[in-house]
Amino acid sequence: MSERLAANRFELDEEESHIHVDQALCRSTGTGAALVAVCPAGVYSERDGEILVDYAACLECGTCRAVAAPGALTWHYPRGGFGVTFREG
Amino acid sequence: MTEAVEPDFDVIVVGAGPAGSVAAYRLAQQGLSVVLIERGEAPGSKNLSGGVLYGRVLDQVFPGFADEAPVERRITRHVTTFLTPDSAVSLDFRSDRLAEPVNAVTVLRARFDPWLASKAEEAGVFLMAGVRVDALLTEPGPDGSPRVVGVRAGEDELRARVVVAADGVNSFLARDLGLRRTEPTNHLAVGVKTVLRLPRAVIEDRFGLTGGEGAAHAIVGDCTLGIGGGAFLYTNTESLSLGVVLRLDDLVRSGRTAIEVFEHLLEHPGLAPYLRDAQVTEYGSHLVAEGGAAMVGTIATHGMVVVGEAAGLTINSGLTVRGMDLAIGSAIAAADAIVEAVAAGDVTASGLAGYRRRLEAGFVLRDMATYGRAPKFLERTGMYGAYGELAADVFHGVFGLDTTPRRHLLGVARRALKESPVTVRQLISDGWAGVRAL
Ligand SMILES: Cc1cc2nc3c(=O)[nH]c(=O)nc-3n(C[C@H](O)[C@H](O)[C@H](O)COP(=O)(O)OP(=O)(O)OC[C@H]3O[C@@H](n4cnc5c(N)ncnc54)[C@H](O)[C@@H]3O)c2cc1C
Ligand code: SF4
Repeated sequence: MSERLAANRFELDEEESHIHVDQALCRSTGTGAALVAVCPAGVYSERDGEILVDYAACLECGTCRAVAAPGALTWHYPRGGFGVTFREG
Repeated sequence: MTEAVEPDFDVIVVGAGPAGSVAAYRLAQQGLSVVLIERGEAPGSKNLSGGVLYGRVLDQVFPGFADEAPVERRITRHVTTFLTPDSAVSLDFRSDRLAEPVNAVTVLRARFDPWLASKAEEAGVFLMAGVRVDALLTEPGPDGSPRVVGVRAGEDELRARVVVAADGVNSFLARDLGLRRTEPTNHLAVGVKTVLRLPRAVIEDRFGLTGGEGAAHAIVGDCTLGIGGGAFLYTNTESLSLGVVLRLDDLVRSGRTAIEVFEHLLEHPGLAPYLRDAQVTEYGSHLVAEGGAAMVGTIATHGMVVVGEAAGLTINSGLTVRGMDLAIGSAIAAADAIVEAVAAGDVTASGLAGYRRRLEAGFVLRDMATYGRAPKFLERTGMYGAYGELAADVFHGVFGLDTTPRRHLLGVARRALKESPVTVRQLISDGWAGVRAL
């Protein structure tokens, strides 16, 4: 998985993450487990009941946002010029 | 008060995918001033698709585009494969009729989208890349509902007579204005794709191709581990596009991860002969809208139209995902309607109503209606598992000569059906639903 992502080019926005989770809502709505399951980049993982977010690996598909319960996840595109750059597509 | 503010451009187009670039080109060609805003550092750098472009509609805009644009291969062979854990049953359609005139080509978006955007620039469009539009600028419209007057990107505001939302499947613009609701997860699928490098000659040998010919393999069954969706394997000039499309409701229900399903595909013995020694050069993902006509909501409002996948214009027939051609078709319709509205001095929803009229008259909304039943049909799970097994059993009965006396094909089929979880009734009912849906 990580070797496949290594072939990609990412421009990391050091100043701000484009993904924020509400831990309590992620737990109570089951969103946390869904995020871990659907993300093709493995951005989300769970440790001791907390959802960890490795936003630098995001492929910007928006799948996480589509499965999240209202309020559990705030996701938008990274700022212009940041994030993944596809060279093939 | 703000009425007095002169717009900076006639039209602002947000998103330089096929929908945005074609709309911008066509608007500029008809004399309007146009800015095309793209969040990626270059057009195409954020975009990903399976890559089969049904090109006839683009030919209307750029006649003979396939000779000039960076296209990969001309598809002359469509293979449909039902995969089980240990068998593959394929239907192989090859025809010279697919080659002339060119019906479909493969494209890689990071190369193709910049070409489309450059055509728009040549026509006079001002391209702003690396800029994310954050919000729409609105004012109260004639009937109290908001009228779009421009966009905001960071600190900057740009004003125009009309905004074209060509911002793709996640369309924040259409959503923020309430034109699109939150989609139910059975109307969305996640596409996970990799590009695999192989020498040109190896691709042509393995896929039975010569020269610039290409093959498109659609795969259903075990490749998705029973999750609603399918897989594709398309040939580029010197690489393969391999991916899986998974319906979100089913993926979440399955308890599996998208990564796990993708890895299963990558390592599937049924695909191994095609993929041997290929090098991963890229890995990406993207959502697919597959809610059919039901997903297309309001596409024209005061001062704004929504085009391409931002308007939900994608068709997943189960064997192909089509979106680029619909995006281009909708862009043509929208551009012509905007030219008309600007000339008439009425860019309200009713002034822009010519957009939907054109879509309904052309192939875009007609095809959306024709395939309107496909989403429901695809939810019938038989398509994904049991039918592949059934077909494999029938062919095994015919070709698996184990010195027992053979039966007639009909007998083989009857017996396979008897042993399969598929019932005759279900077969007939699904068959009928399929004929009506596809
Ligand atoms: C796995 C997969 C396989 C597919 N296979 C095929 C296929 O074989 N054939 C086919 O025809 N279709 C296929 N599709 C569908 C096709 O990719 C889409 O329908 C098509 O790209 C839609 O074009 P568009 O121009 O509407 O949107 P997009 O191509 O998504 O373009 C939207 C653009 O807007 C930009 N943008 C978004 N938000 C902003 C913002 N706020 N500010 C500035 N810019 C913004 C994006 O960066 C992007 O460049 C596939 C899709 C997937 C996911
Ligand atoms: S946008 Fe896609 S890649 Fe990024 S975190 Fe969400 S699911 Fe993962």
